Amino acid sequence: MSIWEFANPVRFMRLSGRVLPWITGLAILTLIPALVWGFFLTPDDYRQGATVKIIYVHVPTAFLAINIYFMMFVTSLIWLIRRHHVSALAAKAAAPIGAVMTLIALITGAVWGQPMWGTWWVWDPRLTSFLIMFIFYIGYIALWAAIDEADKAADLSAILCMIGSVFAIISRYAVNFWSQGLHQGTSAPLMKPGTETQVSAVFWQPLMLSIAGFFLLFLALLLLRTRTEIRNRRITALRAREA
Amino acid sequence: MFPDLGKYAVPVLAAYASMIVLLAGMILLSLRSAKKSKDTLARLEQNRKQK
Repeated sequence: MSIWEFANPVRFMRLSGRVLPWITGLAILTLIPALVWGFFLTPDDYRQGATVKIIYVHVPTAFLAINIYFMMFVTSLIWLIRRHHVSALAAKAAAPIGAVMTLIALITGAVWGQPMWGTWWVWDPRLTSFLIMFIFYIGYIALWAAIDEADKAADLSAILCMIGSVFAIISRYAVNFWSQGLHQGTSAPLMKPGTETQVSAVFWQPLMLSIAGFFLLFLALLLLRTRTEIRNRRITALRAREA
Repeated sequence: MFPDLGKYAVPVLAAYASMIVLLAGMILLSLRSAKKSKDTLARLEQNRKQK
């Protein structure tokens, strides 16, 4: 079975209708325990105190903010090359979720930064590229809403998505190739067992569960919203036929 | 049961509250638009069958 078979809207609706309740259930069963574990059952950090609890919200939402944009980049590329409507509609459906995740990451980063860095905001490479990525999300949503002709809207917003992906990449790697700014480097290498700076399991275990929970929530919302977009496309077609 | 957040209670609670409000808003809007489109499509398909 080829992945392109899911580009058929009827097949996509059938399959997504079957898996959506399971993914939703799994998201609830993962995200709520992860946040309860992180908030109520983890100790304070010896340097950051109780603010370390923000990690269970900030890191998963920042991770998703970048990766949702990457997913939109791939689906936009598929639309531009292969003209699969489900692909364009999936990118459209993902954008508001990505914008909300980016906004949560920005807000939680600011409230974490204030007590730790002494400032809500700095024009640091990672923070700035993240803010630009958020503006691209908003621009992408606005572009879809501004153009009535569906294929033209999909084409133009796909091109905008391609341009904005530069900032998604910068957001991901800024801390690696710019050794300036307040934001710390990526936490991933700190999680390799056996290294001196390893993050204690007491913090990274609920963090991993939280990332999984937020990812499953994104998947459930993406399927729900893509199904809505497919139905809206059908509604437009039926109304045009009636008129 | 509730953890002692000490002097960092405001930033920690603000981070969690903003996340809950924004995610709940996102979920509610998604569910509302899903229901609306499902109902509208069902009505249009019904009209189409009756014609």
